[in-house]
Amino acid sequence: MVAQNIVFGILAFVMVAAAFRLVTTQNVVRAALFLAIVLAGAAGLYILLAAEFVAWVQVLVYIGAVVVLLLFGVMLTRAPIGRDADLDNDQRLLGALVALFLLGAMGAVLLDAFGGQKVGTFAIRRSGEVGDSIFGDFLVPFELASILLLSALVGAVALARRD
Amino acid sequence: MYLNQFLLLAAVLFCLGVYGVLARRNAVLVLMSIELMLNAVNINLIAFGAFRDNVIGQVFSLFVITIAAAEVGVGLAIVLLIFRNRADIDLDELDLMKG
Repeated sequence: MVAQNIVFGILAFVMVAAAFRLVTTQNVVRAALFLAIVLAGAAGLYILLAAEFVAWVQVLVYIGAVVVLLLFGVMLTRAPIGRDADLDNDQRLLGALVALFLLGAMGAVLLDAFGGQKVGTFAIRRSGEVGDSIFGDFLVPFELASILLLSALVGAVALARRD
Repeated sequence: MYLNQFLLLAAVLFCLGVYGVLARRNAVLVLMSIELMLNAVNINLIAFGAFRDNVIGQVFSLFVITIAAAEVGVGLAIVLLIFRNRADIDLDELDLMKG
C-alpha cells in the first residue's frame, strides 16, 4: 500500500504540474506535449487501479491518436510554433475565479461525501471481463457508439473537404 | 489508498480544464482543455469502478474515450473550416451568431 501511495503521489504531482502548464503556456506545440504527459499519467493511474485494458486504450487512442490529431490541427491552422503572447483572452482572472470556486465546491462535497473511505481490495479485471460486460449488458450503447463514430467520421470528412 | 485522493486529483484536473476553456483564445487549445476535462471524468469512473469492485466503471470510461475521439475529430474539422473561411481561429472574433 505504501508503494502504491508513493506512485500515486508522483503521478499526481506530474499530472497537476503538466496540466497547469498546459493551460498557462504560451506555446501551442508545448501545450500538446503537456497534454500527452497528463494523458500518460492518467494511464499510469489506471494501471494502479488494475484497469489494464483501459490503460492501454488510453495510450493508443489518446496519446497515439488524439494528441497527434491536435498537433495536425496546430499545423494546419498555421499557429506560430514559437512563443505567442496572444493565446489568452482578457477573462483570465474571471476564469481563474470560476475554476477556484468550482474546485472549492467540488472539494467540499467530495470530502463530505467520501471522506475516509478507502478503495480497499479489488480484483484485477482482465480484458475478457471488460469484453463480456460490453457485449453483454452494454451491447446497445456499444452499437450506438459505433453509429456515433461512423457519423463523426462522415461529418468530419464532409466538413473538412474542399468543394 | 483513499478514494478521495483520486477524486480530488480529478477535480483539480477538471478545474484546470475549465480555466483553460474560459481563458484561452486559440480554438485548438480550447479543444485540448476539453480533453483534460474528459480525462478527469475518466479517472473518476475508474476510481469508482475499483471502489465498488466491478467492471462497469471501466466500460463507461471506454465509452467516454470513444466519444472523446469522435468529439476531437469533428471539433478539429470545424476549427479547420473556420480557419479556411476567416484565416484565424481566435474565438473572441467568432461572434457571427451574436444578436
